[in-house]
Amino acid sequence: MSLDQDLPLLSVKNLSHFYGQHLGCKDVNFDLYPGEVLAIVGESGSGKTTLLNCLSTQIIPTDGAVYYRGRKGQSDNLYEMSEAQQRILLRTDWGFVRQHPRDGLRMNVSAGANVGERLMALGDRHYGKIRDTALDWLEKVEIQVDRIDDAPRTFSGGMQQRLQIARNLVTNPRLVFMDEPTGGLDVSVQARLLDLIRRLVAELGLSIIIVTHDLAVARLLSDRIMVMKDGKVIEQGLTDQVLDDPHQAYTQLLVSSILHVGS
Amino acid sequence: MSLDQLTNEAPAYNFAYLDEQTKRMIRRAILKGIAVPGYQVPFAAREMPMPYGWGTGGVQVTASVLGESDILKVIDQGADDTTNAVSIRNFFAKTANVELTTHTSEATVIQTRHRIPEEELQEHQTLVYQVPIPEPLRFLEPRETETRKMHALSEYGLIHVKLYEDIATHGHIATTYAYPVMVEGRYVMDPSPTPKFDNPKMHKSKALQLFGAGREKRIYALPPHTDVVSLDFEDHPFTIQEWPDTQCAMCGAEGVYFDEVILDDAGNNMFVCSDSDYCETRQSEGHLGPLNADYKERMQ
Ligand SMILES: [Zn+2]
Repeated sequence: MSLDQDLPLLSVKNLSHFYGQHLGCKDVNFDLYPGEVLAIVGESGSGKTTLLNCLSTQIIPTDGAVYYRGRKGQSDNLYEMSEAQQRILLRTDWGFVRQHPRDGLRMNVSAGANVGERLMALGDRHYGKIRDTALDWLEKVEIQVDRIDDAPRTFSGGMQQRLQIARNLVTNPRLVFMDEPTGGLDVSVQARLLDLIRRLVAELGLSIIIVTHDLAVARLLSDRIMVMKDGKVIEQGLTDQVLDDPHQAYTQLLVSSILHVGS
Repeated sequence: MSLDQLTNEAPAYNFAYLDEQTKRMIRRAILKGIAVPGYQVPFAAREMPMPYGWGTGGVQVTASVLGESDILKVIDQGADDTTNAVSIRNFFAKTANVELTTHTSEATVIQTRHRIPEEELQEHQTLVYQVPIPEPLRFLEPRETETRKMHALSEYGLIHVKLYEDIATHGHIATTYAYPVMVEGRYVMDPSPTPKFDNPKMHKSKALQLFGAGREKRIYALPPHTDVVSLDFEDHPFTIQEWPDTQCAMCGAEGVYFDEVILDDAGNNMFVCSDSDYCETRQSEGHLGPLNADYKERMQ
């Protein structure tokens, strides 16, 4: 176990993606270690979403490789896996929390079924046990258990995001991708969600790759940060170091603008 | 074609209406469906001289498998005499001139909209289903590209989501027709408007079962002796509809699929076999139910 902790969970090698002639992201390299939270920050068009989609195999990149260390210790290039294997990863060992709940939830089926879906996909065939697990997870994400049979379209935005998290974590994934999970939420609702994510990361030892344009979110959640601009990583390091002492002019600008907004 | 035929009056239609090329195309789709049980094969469905919802998919399948020596039976619900069944039977009487029957045991091809006959089907028989919506995942995943992928990769968690919702809402699996089945452990299939009562009859049936969806342009098939298992949960197992302590008012049958018939304004009712041929055959063999006129006669 201790040996595993020393090896990267995800190893990204020279990853590039082009949409035809248009650059999505270029020459991205990094390692993600178990239990680590990495924030990818940048403005829209910086390539951060393209990168996230490549890492999560939603897009197969033009060039490069990403090695993922499975539960048995083997390290496989994601893009050499079959689509079936990729999809199994996505619904078992990984999670993906979307910015818009409608992209990450089934809005017309109950909260319980939303949480239970992955279990059923893995072959769980005991209704009572699936329901008990769903109740357990609703509690963990601070949703009242008596809402288990309600459809998420009747939930507030913050509850919907918490439900998305429960739906993803029910299979105990090791790596969770998050795409602007607090986007569109009120500040107080954001704060509660961020607290919840921090608590779950600590309790479950999750690794997270979170894409955000919000440096405050990055500072609160992440151990390391990667700043992207025009498809390239221009600066990366420990979050506190990068944000307290940015080397690149662009990062300085980003940091100063948030300080400005904050003051 | 012989000179003799050519000089005779030209037939109004090709045998069974469809031209031979179309039939070959549909037969290829059927063969593919038989080779991959439960898999929905796309086919270039033709316009038929009847509206969708009248079984155009089933009619095209029947037209493609029908030969001159076949004996055809058509049922809607369990009856041979409803408007839909009669119009399809007339269509084939006119275009194919095949022998028609209402007796399940005599038929070589049976086209149905809902029911599977009560009498066990045999090796020499083919059952053709008229299917409105072939895609069992449709109700939760409207994207065709995604459902196709789910079938390809055997990702069927969604089907159980539907059954889960049933139990969460009603306390039990409330789906009573179009109840999803797993075919040969590989493809999830929608038996279409058939009541779940008939699902067990699909399992390892001796007859060939063909499914045609006209509007959706899909054909699928169950070759004889195919495993067909109704999906469920361990703690909510699949059950069929039951009418405890009920017998057919006309033929006295028990354990069959019943239609309820309201007798008067006072709310009196009776139950009769939904399969009218089964019921009539039993009566002709001397089985009589309590409301049968002959029964009263016999009692006197
Ligand atoms: Zn009867």
